[in-house]
Amino acid sequence: MASLTEDSATADVDQGGVRRRDFINVAAASFAGVGAVSVALPLINQMNPSADVLAEASTEVDVSAIQPGQSIKTMFRKQPLFVRHLTPAEIASAEAVSLSDLRDPQSLEERTKPGKSQWLVTMGVCTHLGCVPLGASSGEVKGEFGGYFCPCHGSSYDTAARIRKGPAPKNLEVPPYEFTSDTVIKVG
Amino acid sequence: MSFPWAKEYKPSNPFMRYMDEKLPLPRFVYNAIGAGYPVPRNLNYFWNFGVLAGVALVCQLVTGIILAMHFAAESGVAFSSVEHIMRDVNGGWFLRYAHANGASMFFIVVYIHIFRGLFYGSYKPPREMVWHLGLVIFLLMMATAFMGYVLPWGQMSFWGAKVITGLFGAIPLVGTPIQTWLLGGFAPDNAALNRFFSLHYLLPFVILGVIVLHIWALHIPGSSNPTGVEVKDEQDTVPFHPYYTAKDGVGVAAFFLVFATLLFFAPNFLGEPDNYIPANPLATPANIVPEWYFWPFYAILRAFTVDFWFIPAKLLGVLAMFASILLLFFLPWLDTSAVRSGHYRPLFRKFFWFGLGPCIAILGYCGGSHATDGVVLVSQIAAAYYFAHFLIILPLVSRIETPKPLPTSITEAVLAKSGASLQPAE
Repeated sequence: MASLTEDSATADVDQGGVRRRDFINVAAASFAGVGAVSVALPLINQMNPSADVLAEASTEVDVSAIQPGQSIKTMFRKQPLFVRHLTPAEIASAEAVSLSDLRDPQSLEERTKPGKSQWLVTMGVCTHLGCVPLGASSGEVKGEFGGYFCPCHGSSYDTAARIRKGPAPKNLEVPPYEFTSDTVIKVG
Repeated sequence: MSFPWAKEYKPSNPFMRYMDEKLPLPRFVYNAIGAGYPVPRNLNYFWNFGVLAGVALVCQLVTGIILAMHFAAESGVAFSSVEHIMRDVNGGWFLRYAHANGASMFFIVVYIHIFRGLFYGSYKPPREMVWHLGLVIFLLMMATAFMGYVLPWGQMSFWGAKVITGLFGAIPLVGTPIQTWLLGGFAPDNAALNRFFSLHYLLPFVILGVIVLHIWALHIPGSSNPTGVEVKDEQDTVPFHPYYTAKDGVGVAAFFLVFATLLFFAPNFLGEPDNYIPANPLATPANIVPEWYFWPFYAILRAFTVDFWFIPAKLLGVLAMFASILLLFFLPWLDTSAVRSGHYRPLFRKFFWFGLGPCIAILGYCGGSHATDGVVLVSQIAAAYYFAHFLIILPLVSRIETPKPLPTSITEAVLAKSGASLQPAE
């Protein structure tokens, strides 16, 4: 009954089955839709890291006290960061590996700064499920490839912190960093 | 809905008659869980577990709302505030232990409830929607339990949050931004703790809403029963009240007996001692394990150790873990047998008790153990069986099995069991 009255009321503006009211409906729904999306954006974006979290996104590390063969564990973006002073033997063993044998092929040069290949700076976050691998503090097991060993599911990393054995898919991540002087690095 | 013989709500009290006119809430309750809801007369004690799950949810809501009055969701003090609840708040130890063990009780009864549905074919038409809504409740429960476990900010809380949000990091391309977005940082910290607290408070009420839908959808065809034969006439049913309110009362008493035993004599039996160590982002616990109710899924996650084609092992594990639950949504169409109840399906029953049951028990054991090569191998076999059971065995069994003859009615089945002969109709 209602539709009949409506049809007769709008019959004179029919154009190929499209009524003027259809335009108003579509326009109103679109306007409301765009409005809803633009309000939803800040509601979603508030979940991203806040300014104070991002402000902590860079760290300076003084590496002058780290002797060859030693490494330190510090924090970068609230996550462990490993800074390791490689011995010549460790550099040699990392360079001796053929890239085709690696799961995530990268050379030691690609993972360190030019002329500073003795400084290996990586995140201390296993690329499998995010555990902290062992091997950065003295006395910890370094695994069968002499780098790092993750106790959670047995991933072994070599002296360039590249994945060699176990479930982890990637090498330990090298964060963006630079040497601000010979003994200070700025991470992030 | 209801059966035509369902009793109508006829309040004699004038105030209740007035209420019925203005807001028929008592009528709604009467038709849902009162004498106005006719239920098959042959339900066994496995049919108690839906009500028990509701009781467990109410326990969690009450203890949880009170705990929130004393808890501080700030990463610097969260751990201390939980210890403050344990040591200083009057009866705080009771509330916290009741909440932590209440979660375990909730999962125990829900798992039995799900297994009841799997054995008696409750997921089959016309009750698919009931099954689907139940799975939605289960997924919401898992999310709620996970976020609640993060709140005490102990070692397992922290590393659990890291591993579980790390699952999203396995998604190609957008994984890491999603993980950062979920955490509000690059690792679990204050932002993550606060949002988990907010959502942990919200989701139980969402669960409550979906439970209303679950029961609403159930009451359209009415409850299933152990024979799987549909209700035919009035003599097949009894009113929910007083028959099943009484039977559920027995179940609720037994539930609280088990709950109290756990709560007062072994409150930390199901917990991880590592969670009494404050969260430390620089030291991983020797063995990261989730709470027991996630063990089977955790075992499936860890069962994938080699890349397949171009898909990394980590992503495969994550996909398999989610698929293990999502595939249950397709169960009404995977099991095509017209017979519901496992009692009348000889082959289905064998695979259920000797296949699926042990498979999930083994997965649970593996998920809680340290991931040695042996454990991983066993979980691989069990995970393979789990998927084969639902995707291959169940459809095949439905086709080749000859079911046992069904009773013509619920009443016939009941009387045959008690040795009485069926009264001639009318």
